[in-house]
Amino acid sequence: MKSVVLNASDISRAVNRIAHEILEKNKGAGDLILVGIRTRGVTLSRRLQEKIREIERTSVAHGILDITLYRDDLRTGKISPQLKKTEIPLPIEGKTIVLCDDVLFTGRTIRAAIDALMDFGRPASVQLAVLIDRGHRELPIRPDYVGKNIPTSKDMTIKVKLKENDEGEDQVIAIEREA
Amino acid sequence: MPLSVKHILGTRGLSREDIETVLDTADSFKEISTRQIKKVPTLRGRTVVNLFFEPSTRTRTSFEIAGKRLSADVINISGSTSSTVKGENLIDSARNLEAMNPDIIVVRHESSGAPALLTQFVDCPIINAGDGAHEHPTQAFLDLLTIREKKGTLAGLKVVIVGDIMHSRVCRSNIFAMQTMGMHVAVVGPPTMIPVQISSLGVDVSYNLEESIRDADVIMMLRVQLERQNKFHISSLREYSNLFCLTTEKLKKAREDVLIIHPGPVNRGIEIALDVMDGPHSLILNQVTNGVAVRMALMYLLLGGSDEDIN
Repeated sequence: MKSVVLNASDISRAVNRIAHEILEKNKGAGDLILVGIRTRGVTLSRRLQEKIREIERTSVAHGILDITLYRDDLRTGKISPQLKKTEIPLPIEGKTIVLCDDVLFTGRTIRAAIDALMDFGRPASVQLAVLIDRGHRELPIRPDYVGKNIPTSKDMTIKVKLKENDEGEDQVIAIEREA
Repeated sequence: MPLSVKHILGTRGLSREDIETVLDTADSFKEISTRQIKKVPTLRGRTVVNLFFEPSTRTRTSFEIAGKRLSADVINISGSTSSTVKGENLIDSARNLEAMNPDIIVVRHESSGAPALLTQFVDCPIINAGDGAHEHPTQAFLDLLTIREKKGTLAGLKVVIVGDIMHSRVCRSNIFAMQTMGMHVAVVGPPTMIPVQISSLGVDVSYNLEESIRDADVIMMLRVQLERQNKFHISSLREYSNLFCLTTEKLKKAREDVLIIHPGPVNRGIEIALDVMDGPHSLILNQVTNGVAVRMALMYLLLGGSDEDIN
């Protein structure tokens, strides 16, 4: 069973609100670096960067993380995703990093992203922005900015479609497995 | 995309997809070597054994650095310090190593086919780091990566390989890989250094350096293997140099944007002039940098497992 949990304008409003929350919490865009986690986290961080530009008329720094090499499930032999480039364009020493991802689930991706980030230096703080928080954390990790909380069962699939990466309109779909 | 092969024994028979996967992955690994902390935890707890029965600085160091940057434990065994000096044969050596559960064995051996032989006796992936006059696949990958970086593409490029074609495993691995990638290969050198049957591989043959480099996109200089020249393949080094040393003078015949690569180690002044080697066309040091990335990519791909995306 499929249901649309966020449509294109919901997503746009959520990104808009998160951009404002980031600016409010950090008192502006100075010393911020938005870092997207490949693949859809990068799309979100780019959109946040754009929104912040509209609001503050300033360009906030942007980076891209590929966390493949830091995954804890590489050894299980189940995956071998195509490794893409990590691009952190400036020293992160003393900066406030906002990690961006589409769905927060077990928290393992974020653990890997934090580890990857720490290999580049010592940021002042790391915050987390996600479009969807679906619960079921396996690690003590929580988001600072959430587009929408969606209570899910563990075997449910949440599919985020963004027009930069996927066919069709922006939307978030919940797919319930047939019993 | 995982590789379709378990071992890297040569570039012959490798698919275009496999070669592209290696190059794309290596391209992503390059960034790690530019970080302040040049290490990722990917192969933590894995063991890479470098088994080198022939002398090597560049290749062995490159494999060692690649393994270490992926957090693997790297063990180097060279022929002169191994039990082979006590008379142990290659297969027994490999079986004993296997009993210590390595995750990858990198082999260099003076006999063609030695790495392929070992695959019958050990379970872990084997990477050929050069076997006799057979193949040296990691060198071909790093050459392709270096060329692709500068030219943006591989298909359609014309490559001229110069020198001791007969003894060169680098040349063979490059011919196979380049042809798979749609490149055009010509070989040039003294007739005594070019096997008669080489044209059956589909390469052009020439004995004149200046003519052959005229429309080349890439010139690959091979090392004159001085240690193998006791069989009189050339009458003198001086004559060889006069005819086949790539000098500024000869290079004037080539295109403005020609790239020059060399697998090293270089005999300065014999196959390539000093100013050419250090000149603007030369990518020799880029090749070395790319070598580390290529070897990281291969270790990662061979130990990464199968392809199944996890949400």
